[in-house]
Amino acid sequence: MKAQASSRPLRLLPSLTLLALLLAFVLLVNASASPYIARIVVLTGISIILVVSLNLSNGFTGVFSLGHVGFMAIGAYVSSILTLTLETKAQNLPDLPGWLAHVQMGFLPAMLIGGLVAAVIAVLIGIPLMRLSGHYVSVATLGFLVIVRIVLVNWTRFTRGARTFSGVPAYTTIWWVYGWLAITIYTVWRIVHSPYGRAMLAVRENEIAAQAVGVNVLRSRILAFVVSGFLTAIAGALWAHKVTSFSPGSFYFTQTFNIIIMLVVGGMGSISGSVLGTVLVTLLSELLRNAELGIHIGPVQIPPLYGLAQIILAVAFVLVVVFSRKGLMGDREIDWGRLVSFRGKGTAEGRNEGQGRPDQPQD
Amino acid sequence: MLELEDVSVSYGSIRALRGISLSVREGELVTLIGSNGAGKSTCLLAISGVLHPQQGRIIHKGQDITRLSPFEVVRRGISQAPEGRHIFARLSVEENLMLGAGQRTDKAGLEKDRRWVYDLFPVLRDRLSQAAGTLSGGEQQMLAMGRALMSRPKLLLLDEPSLGLAPLMVETIFDVTRKVRAEGGTILLVEQNARQALEVADRGYVLETGQIILEGDATSLKNDAGVEKAYLGG
Amino acid sequence: MPILQYLAQQTINALSLGSIYALVAIGLAMVFGILRLINFAHGDLMMVACYAAFFLVSTGIGFMPLIVVTLFAAALLGMLTERVAYRPVRGAPDVVMLLTSLAVSIFIENVFIMVVSPVPRSFRSVTPASLDSVHVWAGVSISTINILTVGVTAALFVLLLLFVTRTRVGVAMRAVSEDLLGAKLVGINLNRVILAAFAVGSAMAGVAGILWAARLGKIDPLMGFIPLLKAFVAAVIGGFGSLGGAVLGAYVLGFAEIFIIGFLPPELSSYRDAFVFLLLIFVLLVRPNGILGSTEREKV
Repeated sequence: MKAQASSRPLRLLPSLTLLALLLAFVLLVNASASPYIARIVVLTGISIILVVSLNLSNGFTGVFSLGHVGFMAIGAYVSSILTLTLETKAQNLPDLPGWLAHVQMGFLPAMLIGGLVAAVIAVLIGIPLMRLSGHYVSVATLGFLVIVRIVLVNWTRFTRGARTFSGVPAYTTIWWVYGWLAITIYTVWRIVHSPYGRAMLAVRENEIAAQAVGVNVLRSRILAFVVSGFLTAIAGALWAHKVTSFSPGSFYFTQTFNIIIMLVVGGMGSISGSVLGTVLVTLLSELLRNAELGIHIGPVQIPPLYGLAQIILAVAFVLVVVFSRKGLMGDREIDWGRLVSFRGKGTAEGRNEGQGRPDQPQD
Repeated sequence: MLELEDVSVSYGSIRALRGISLSVREGELVTLIGSNGAGKSTCLLAISGVLHPQQGRIIHKGQDITRLSPFEVVRRGISQAPEGRHIFARLSVEENLMLGAGQRTDKAGLEKDRRWVYDLFPVLRDRLSQAAGTLSGGEQQMLAMGRALMSRPKLLLLDEPSLGLAPLMVETIFDVTRKVRAEGGTILLVEQNARQALEVADRGYVLETGQIILEGDATSLKNDAGVEKAYLGG
Repeated sequence: MPILQYLAQQTINALSLGSIYALVAIGLAMVFGILRLINFAHGDLMMVACYAAFFLVSTGIGFMPLIVVTLFAAALLGMLTERVAYRPVRGAPDVVMLLTSLAVSIFIENVFIMVVSPVPRSFRSVTPASLDSVHVWAGVSISTINILTVGVTAALFVLLLLFVTRTRVGVAMRAVSEDLLGAKLVGINLNRVILAAFAVGSAMAGVAGILWAARLGKIDPLMGFIPLLKAFVAAVIGGFGSLGGAVLGAYVLGFAEIFIIGFLPPELSSYRDAFVFLLLIFVLLVRPNGILGSTEREKV
């Protein structure tokens, strides 16, 4: 049982090429795409950040957190409270405490503070929770999500409770999103390919063996949890300043499931898989969302079917899981080294074998 | 009665059994010996239908049982007392035994067999209502065997029955094995304790890293120099 | 109200609430014990039972036949989800199974949102008016619905106990959750036992659903979610995987919830569910295997 990722360093040529491609893509979209497409591109970018950071925790450490959307909410609400103009604050959040009511920040500091708050909370709940494993941690993080929601709904002084939180300045641009996307992918990559990362993968493969070899399970898990919490909060802030209005319901089960679908379809444990999975699922969702509004097929009009998108996604999810448990990419990464190498041959490092896990004898 | 033809079983990329063939004739006691990890348990699990071979066939009384599910295999009269016993800890000894009887509905026959099992293992009768998990290791092994016998199997598979037991217990276990054999049962015995196994068996196979490297009747195996050195501490 | 009567009142409420949680938690624990699957769709079975009852009322059949048909429907749906969604992923890593059950839950909920509408409906048409009556005894007012809840639950416990100790399928079920390999080797038909577990658990969830809706007075497609989470907490508190643990945890939770509400300052009362989940996290830290579970770490 090999730990999946080798400790290959980020090779300069492929990564620069990727960065260049990304830059080109952003420029292109910025210049010529319709507002609708541009919006999709931005939202997809945010989703990718969410999914890749979730992958850090779920895919690579095997700690399957169901509560990450809680961090997204924290990032969204904290940053939004900070960036709201003073007039909007006075209007929508009249009961804010004095020190907050007179604060209005720029996007970056607000975003970072949001991320920091999330990180602190992640440390606080991570220390106790990362000791658990398997279902228990999933259920516990779900508890966290529910707690966050209850707080959001009830702490009306800060959050307007269940009512829509609106008036958020539309600071998010494609540059912000894709800048953070690059940072996210880079960060996650570095962690995964660091000694910490190898430790994490060892733990995921076989926790007992890893402990026997002295891997500090707890520390690597907490690190992954906190970093991914931070990045998720950033994504939340980005999202909040794109859609400009939201409510606690935006950060609950539907969102959780959407992200998880993208994660699983792409493959837990593969960054490129996360990107692929996100793009695919987003496209599918968009199509279905349009279909939900009712479509014409020739003379036949199919009436609006709210909830259809979710159903189809759920079914698709089950199908993917049944037929290909590891998602599209499984544990493998797209071998950029090979793709970009001008000599046409893959490097020895680049050749990745998909290593199957010994299957449990099943009935 | 039972034949394995060129059976291979893999766990992912690990090949546990590589093309083994063996046979057990009616009324025989055949033993499968070999060191730890040789694949002996895998072999029994494959016969019982818990694992399915990637290659090869398992034939019982002329019928291919390779792909049968475990409960269908039991229904054909093949019963196993597995390595590690796997008794139902929180159920009573009595419930464990009755579960062994499974699908049987013949009350009279059941009574007779119950009495037979109690005769073989008197200690079980004393502990009928106790939770199986409170029994000692040796008693649990007896329970596992008794449970397997409750279905009156035509073929009994025993996986390391003496593992981890005190010498006295080991004696008892092998005694019972002899008795069952004497009553006309067919037994396939997997054992690390090669010495005792070869004492009690008619024929044997030696399994090493997934392959049968030696076979023959028990006496010649006992006297074989290689076997002596490797397994009999000679 | 004098302290003794207040306590008695709250105790009855707690017993009633705990009973509903227990009915749901049993189904969860049954399935978990056998398959190591946390069935998120379990809560939705409550909902489906209620809607089945709701629509059947208009056919004019009597109350008792209505209940029977409803429970049947719940049991059938439970078995269907097992056959279609869970069996194909049996043996997959826990995470996969967890997510599959999440998907099934979302599927069911959205089908109902789509077909029936997300607007809550009144359950009054189903529950006979007699259920709303209140009896006063020694200064303590006990509503009929509470009596019914506790009574029905007690009866079902007895039936369940008989089932798992006297019937072949029931004993087999216990065996399967004890030791899967052992169960296979004694010739237990795994598929049949699993279907039975789903059927029984789902029917009990159905009962819980109807009792819950009777208390609440209304139903909606997402009604099963919170009871499911609470039943979760209950099962974990008591010791996931053991039926006794699930029941114990459910009553502990019922009491904790009622008394937390009682003692919380009024501004914080809407946060009570948050405290419930904090309790969950606390229990998971201190005794991850629950009150009745062993103190060993979760075995691999």
